[in-house]
Amino acid sequence: MFGDYSLGDLGAIFAMQGFAGLILFSVYLLMALGLAIIFGQMGVINMAHGEFMILGAYVTWLTSVFFSEHLPSLFGIYFFVAMALAFCASGALGMLIEWTLIRRLYKRPLDTLLATWGLSLILQQTYRSVFGPREVGVTLPDWMMGSLPVTDVIEVQINGLFVMGLTVLITTAVFIMIFRSRFGQQVRAVVQNRQMAGAVGIDTEKVDRLTFGLGCGIAGVAGSAFTMIGSTGPTAGQLYIVDTFLIVVFGGAASLFGTIASAFSISQAQSTLEFFLSGSMAKVITLLTVVGILMLRPQGLFTLKVRR
Amino acid sequence: MKTAPSFMDRKDLLALAVLAAILLIAFPVLLDGFRLNLVGKYLTYAFVAVGLVLCWGYGGILSLGQGVFFALGGYGMAMYLKLEASSVENTKIQSTPGIPDFMDWNQLTELPWFWQPFHSLPLTILLILLVPAFFAFVIGSAMFKRRVSGVYFAIITQAIAAIATILIIGQQGYTGGVNGITDLRTLHGWDIRTDSAKFILYFVNVALLLAVVCFAMFVRDSKLGRILVAMREKEDRVRFSGYSVANFQIFVFCLAGVFSAIGGAMFTLQVGFMSPSLVGIVPSIEMVIFTAVGGRLSIFGAIYGALAVNFAKTSLSESFPELWLLGLGGLFIAVVLVFPNGLAGIWRDYVQPSIDRAFKLRSKDPADPGHDVAKQASTLPAE
Amino acid sequence: MTTIGTPAKDYLLAVEALTVSFDGFKAVNDLSFYVDENEIRVIIGPNGAGKTTVLDLICGKTKATNGSIRFRGAELTKMSESQIVLSGVGRKFQTPSIYDDLTIFENLEISYPKGRSVWGALTFKRDQAVKDRVEEVAEIIFLKDKLHERAAFLSHGQKQWLEIGMLLIQDPELLMLDEPVAGMSVSERVKTAELLNTIIKNRSVLVIEHDMKFVEDIAHKVTVLHQGKILSEGSMQKVKTDPKVVEVYLGH
Repeated sequence: MFGDYSLGDLGAIFAMQGFAGLILFSVYLLMALGLAIIFGQMGVINMAHGEFMILGAYVTWLTSVFFSEHLPSLFGIYFFVAMALAFCASGALGMLIEWTLIRRLYKRPLDTLLATWGLSLILQQTYRSVFGPREVGVTLPDWMMGSLPVTDVIEVQINGLFVMGLTVLITTAVFIMIFRSRFGQQVRAVVQNRQMAGAVGIDTEKVDRLTFGLGCGIAGVAGSAFTMIGSTGPTAGQLYIVDTFLIVVFGGAASLFGTIASAFSISQAQSTLEFFLSGSMAKVITLLTVVGILMLRPQGLFTLKVRR
Repeated sequence: MKTAPSFMDRKDLLALAVLAAILLIAFPVLLDGFRLNLVGKYLTYAFVAVGLVLCWGYGGILSLGQGVFFALGGYGMAMYLKLEASSVENTKIQSTPGIPDFMDWNQLTELPWFWQPFHSLPLTILLILLVPAFFAFVIGSAMFKRRVSGVYFAIITQAIAAIATILIIGQQGYTGGVNGITDLRTLHGWDIRTDSAKFILYFVNVALLLAVVCFAMFVRDSKLGRILVAMREKEDRVRFSGYSVANFQIFVFCLAGVFSAIGGAMFTLQVGFMSPSLVGIVPSIEMVIFTAVGGRLSIFGAIYGALAVNFAKTSLSESFPELWLLGLGGLFIAVVLVFPNGLAGIWRDYVQPSIDRAFKLRSKDPADPGHDVAKQASTLPAE
Repeated sequence: MTTIGTPAKDYLLAVEALTVSFDGFKAVNDLSFYVDENEIRVIIGPNGAGKTTVLDLICGKTKATNGSIRFRGAELTKMSESQIVLSGVGRKFQTPSIYDDLTIFENLEISYPKGRSVWGALTFKRDQAVKDRVEEVAEIIFLKDKLHERAAFLSHGQKQWLEIGMLLIQDPELLMLDEPVAGMSVSERVKTAELLNTIIKNRSVLVIEHDMKFVEDIAHKVTVLHQGKILSEGSMQKVKTDPKVVEVYLGH
């Protein structure tokens, strides 16, 4: 399989595929982060997570259209405005859903799964009715076009680099929020012992709603970043939901570090395999490996052994 | 009060008789051939739904991968039919005559080994039952022995459904790819495309379904059925009462898988093709909603649920396709929030009491007070 | 404790050098104790002493990091939970662990020691012997007139009795009870003591309990656990006057 390539070629191939894998890693990580908070911390299965992401993507698209028509001079920075709007839109919808639907189902995880699947169908149809069935793509600002040559055979796309940078930033922000802020402390307190947290004066219902909103908001940002490297359609979210859940479960549901490690290994494996096999077989082998490992080690990569 | 646990009490017998009358008499009399064939197709999903009643409703194991088992049955049957349709004579224009057309298009020059057994009808029938059972056994053993259940099991079975779809579509030389296996003609020389064949197949399908229903009732009313409920509620208590919980979970998962496969095989026979569109995440989770709508604890409910949802799907998606997805989405939410016991629950809470009352007024027979408490009790709380 | 070189007497249950650690935290640390035939042993100790963990280890719910648990000479640490049950160990959980959706009869029937395999459960027949036994036990646990009601409708105390009844029908040689009278009213408590006194005949019992009055009533021997280790062991009288025990447990 390697015989046809020279050593230098192989190095370049691995570097290029590695870079492609890093972009995939960014997308996976961004999607999985929100889910890791909702599923990992709250134990809620949100099958509509992909649709929250798509909402962010559509908001970004709308913003880009608005800027190009009304504020063309500021088009270079529309993305940052769009990202903030995407976070707010998805977060607000998330809080609304938590209030109307999820909070009635905290003790019935399997039913949550079915209800949120229903929600995802409704959202998909709504997107189709509002934005049309065709995929939409945003126009990138000029500074994000093109690629940077690293060596004469390796070059990297700027939009990809940008998304990677964004991922690092968002991940850092989430970590600070969960592990350093007072809100994060409350979230962890509620996760570990709901009754006790309530007893010491934490408004657990409010924390639940904000946590769910935060997870959905991050999904929105992920969708926003997603528009930089791909187009958006009404059902795009559903394509990723299985991968995203596998990433979170594979990482060990309660571990944010695990989510990063698992997003990294899965995306690298998949993009490297993709070069040698057809895309679908690369995906099948990656997913099968993950499922196989999960069958042998259901707790995922990173877990704490706790006294039950 | 009934003392001996006989499987099927008076109510069940009545329900079975009503179901048989509807399926065997009312539908064939009232519907034209096209519609009857459509009902037959819906009823193949009822096999899956009945399996899910035992597996999910009673055992608490939600599988989002039942489409895979449906496909294993469906593809098994389709492979047999395809081989019969691909005789050397029928395929002499191909560069390799005697193999299915899609293999020829994909430059295959001989039949892959796993297609070989499907030359024989008895072997095919055997494999339709054994292959899904084997897969369910492997998946179930790996996971239940390691105490994986609940949402993790649901997610992993969903991933398996996704993998199966990608694999079938990707390996089109072996599977027919995204189009599936089409152009099926005869079953052991008997043309299944004629109206009379479709009519007969409908009755075969119903007979198999009624047999599956009876077996499901036998399982439900045996001690195993009660252990399933017990496991769903207090897994550890069952374990520390000396039961190997995993074995019971594996059994019911395999059973649900085999039921689904029978449905899949009957689908192929009646509809005339099998394709990956029936395997993946979306059809698999829709099969769950048939069960939920019918009432996840009601074997009969599951059948009516499969019929009702599919009727709605056909009629709505013909005229208002955009409404259908909204309706289906709403159905998922409503059945979870408002009607956790589905149609069966509505029947029991609203219709049955008024029937009982009317019945009491007319005759002096004391309404039997001892209908199985457990069955009545197996109700999910609304919130 | 250096009794490892085969104790002179055959104990029903011999726990030796038992240790379990959860990520470095030793919930049970080098614990050894022995339970005789027909002995009633009570384990007491402050919260977090590892009492419930000891029961978890014996019945196989938690796997030991080190050490051995022998029951009638058979090593339990290598068996699955259901094998441990079949060898004669029964366990009642702290909070009543019963099947709400089944009737009292069905709850008891599931614990009847027959038809425990998949095939056995499918072909299980509710014959006269089963019915007689279930009714007999229902009588003992004061639930005879509720046999065909759903267990969900029972009071907390009745649920505890039902679970005790489920163990009774299982007829274990070693019965382990985790706080059987916790959360009960005074009258329920009296009835439970009476119930326990009937069912502990001809078997060994290992009880965790906080209610000192109750412990004094039933215990043959008391083991005091503290931070995963044995603090004191002996008769109630001896333990009660042990200054170490008074300091960490009975004192407050």
